[in-house]
Amino acid sequence: MSEAIRGADILVRALSDEGVEFLFGYPGGAVLHIYDALYQQDKIKHILVRHEQGATHAADGYARATGKPGVVLVTSGPGATNAVTGIATAYMDSIPMVVITGQVPTHLIGNDAFQEVDSIGITRPCVKHNFLVERVEDLAMTVKKAFYIATSGRPGPVVIDLPKDVTANLAVYEYPATVDIRSYKPNTKGHPGQIKKAAQLILNAERPMIYSGGGVVIDNAAAELTQFARLLGYPVTNTLMGLGAYPGSDPQFIGMLGMHGTYESNMAMHHCDVLIAIGARFDDRVTGDLAKFCPTAKIVHIDIDPASISKNVRVDVPIVGSVSNVLNELNRQLEEVGVKPVDRATNGWWQQIRDWQKLDCLRYDKTSKLIKPQAVIEALHRVTNGDAYVTSDVGQHQMWAAQYYKFDQPRRWINSGGLGTMGFGLPAAMGVQLAFPDQQVVCVTGEASFVMCVQELSTCLQYDLPIKVVSLNNRYMGMVRQWQEFFYERRYSHSYMDALPDFVKLAEAFGHVGMRIENPADVEGALKEAFAQKTRLVLMDFITDQTENVYPMIAAGKGHHEMHLAPSASSERELA
Amino acid sequence: MRHTIAILLENAAGSLSRVAGLFSARAYNIESLSVAPTEDPTVSRLTLVTRGSPEMVEQIVKQLNKLLDVIRLIDLNEGLAIERELLLIKIRATGAEQRAEIARLADIYGGRIVDVTESSYIVEMTGTGDKLDAFIDTVSARRILEVVRSGAVGILRGTKALRA
Repeated sequence: MSEAIRGADILVRALSDEGVEFLFGYPGGAVLHIYDALYQQDKIKHILVRHEQGATHAADGYARATGKPGVVLVTSGPGATNAVTGIATAYMDSIPMVVITGQVPTHLIGNDAFQEVDSIGITRPCVKHNFLVERVEDLAMTVKKAFYIATSGRPGPVVIDLPKDVTANLAVYEYPATVDIRSYKPNTKGHPGQIKKAAQLILNAERPMIYSGGGVVIDNAAAELTQFARLLGYPVTNTLMGLGAYPGSDPQFIGMLGMHGTYESNMAMHHCDVLIAIGARFDDRVTGDLAKFCPTAKIVHIDIDPASISKNVRVDVPIVGSVSNVLNELNRQLEEVGVKPVDRATNGWWQQIRDWQKLDCLRYDKTSKLIKPQAVIEALHRVTNGDAYVTSDVGQHQMWAAQYYKFDQPRRWINSGGLGTMGFGLPAAMGVQLAFPDQQVVCVTGEASFVMCVQELSTCLQYDLPIKVVSLNNRYMGMVRQWQEFFYERRYSHSYMDALPDFVKLAEAFGHVGMRIENPADVEGALKEAFAQKTRLVLMDFITDQTENVYPMIAAGKGHHEMHLAPSASSERELA
Repeated sequence: MRHTIAILLENAAGSLSRVAGLFSARAYNIESLSVAPTEDPTVSRLTLVTRGSPEMVEQIVKQLNKLLDVIRLIDLNEGLAIERELLLIKIRATGAEQRAEIARLADIYGGRIVDVTESSYIVEMTGTGDKLDAFIDTVSARRILEVVRSGAVGILRGTKALRA
C-alpha cells in the first residue's frame, strides 16, 4: 500500500503521468503548495511568465505547434481573471489546453475571501468544460478527465479550479488508466451513407471548390486533405486557421478566402456548384453576407462538431466525424472509382480561375521609397526558406503574414483567428520555441499589438528563447485606421499610436537585440543579420508605409463577389 | 414554434448553470424550465420549453448535446408526448355565491381546493399549459391574489423511454 501524499504532489505526479513537459505559470497564495511540489521534482519544467495572459498564450502556442495540450498554472482571483483572455482565445480556435487555477480554501468559497473569484462561473462560457475539485480523492481522476476532454472530439480548454486546502490534504496517488464519461462520447467515424452521398456529389461537380479550415490542422489531416485534393484535381482554398494544411505553393491552392482572401478564391466561392467544406465553420469573416454566400452551390460539410453543421449555412450533405477518418474513407472510395482529374469536366472551371488569377490581386507597389509591409513578409519567407514557425498578433500585419507567407506545412502558422487577441504573438512564440528549440520561430507583429504582452520579453531572456520579432511599425492601429479610412470618412479616432517607445532601446533594456529598419533596400539584409544571431532574441522594428491597406477586402454586408481591390488592381478591371 | 425538450443532466454542482448560461450566451429563449432529480439520484431531469425557428431549435438541441453534463435529451415535439403543468392559485373568495362559483369552476377543470380561509381559496390544478391558462382566464383578474406554475414537465407516450 503506497503512502498518502499531498494534493499538490498528486497534481504534479498526474501532470507528469500525462506526459506534460512544460507548465506555464505564475505563483500566488492559493497555489503555493503546488509550487512547493514543483520545486521538489524535475520532470516538469515550469516556465515563469510575467503575466498570466502570457502563460495561457504560451501554452496555446505550444499546443498549436505540437498538437499536444498546453498546460497552465495560475493563482486564484486576479491570476484566474488574467488568464481568461488566453482561455477564450484557445476556446475560439479549438485548442487543447488544461488550465489549473488556484482557489481559496473550500471553507472560504463564497465568503468574498482575499483573492477569491468564481473562476468556474467566469470561465464557464469560454471553456469546453470546467471542474471544481472539492475532495483530494477526486483530484487524479479530474486531471485524467480534463486531459481527455481537452484533447478529444473538438478540442478546447478545460479549467480545473483547485482550492488550496485540497492541495494540502492527503490521499493515496493512483493515476487512472482509463476514463469513461457517460455524457461525452464524441463521434469520430463519419456515417457511411453520407460519405457515399458526398462522393457522388463531389464526383459530379463541374465547378467544385474545396474549402478547408483549422479542423484539418487540429486533426493532423493535412496529408489526407492533400491526397483528396490531388486525386480530384480540384481548387483548394484555406481559411485563416487552415493555412498550411494544403501546401501554399501548390498550383491547386488559390489562396485564403474571406474578408481578406484572394480575388480568385472568393470569386470561385461565389460561382462554385459544389462546395466541400472540411473542418471549417463558416465564420462570418469567411462567409461575408450569408444571403449572398455560394448562391449556386450544393454543400458538403465534414466536421467533428455537429453544432458547427448548418449553424450559419444550411448544408446539403452533413458528415459528422473526424476530418482524417472521413477523408480517408472518401479517398478510398475515389481510388476505387479510379477518378482521373484530367478527364473531368472541370477544365473550363480551371480556365475561369486562372483568368481570375491574372488580376494578381496581391500585387503592391514595389518601387515605393517607403518600406511596404508586404515586402517584409515576402523577404521573411525567402530568408527563412518558407520554413519558419510564424506566430502573429492581430491586425493588418496578421493578414499580410497570412497572405504573403506561403505556408507549405500545417502547424507553422500560429495566430488568434477566432477571438482576434492582440498580444497573442510574443507569448505564443515562446511556447513554440520551447517546443522546438532548434527551429526558426518568428513573431510577426505590429507596434500596437506588441506592447500588449511586451513584459514577456523578460521570460524570453530567462529561458534563452531566440525568437525573431518582426514588427511592422506603421505608428497606427493599422486595421482600425483602415476601417476608419474606408467607413468613417478618415476620422482616425484614437487609432494613432502616439508616444511610442524606442523599440530598439526597449529590446536592449530587456537584454535583447534591437534593430530599426527604415529603408526598403535594407529589409532583406536586416532579416538575414537577425536570423544569423541564433542564440539571441532580435526585435526588428520595420518603419513601414503608414497608409498601406490590406487588400482585397470584403466589407461588412457584402458578398464574396463584391471585393474592394487595391487601387492598382481595381483600375484594370471592374468587379463582376 | 414552441418546443419542449426533455434533458437528462448530471446532478452535479453548477450543471444547471451551464444550461441556463448557454441560453443567455446564445440569445435563446427559455419559456419555462422545470428540474428535479430522477429515480437515479445522480441524474436530474429537466423539461425545457423554448420557442424558435426549426433552424434555431436544431441548433439549441445540438448546443445542449455539446454540454459535458448533458447525458441525453429528446425534443418531445418529435413524437407523441404528454405534457403537464401544476398550478397553485390563490383566489379572493368572499360571500357564499362567489365561493360556490369558484368551487364549481375548480371542479369543472378538475382542480381541488387545498386551502380555505374566510376570504380566500387556494386551488391546485394540473393539466396542459392551455388548460391552466383557460382556468385562470375564467377567474376575474381582480380576484386573483397569487399564481404559481411549475412550468411544463413532459414524457413520451408508449414504451420508448429517455434513460441515462
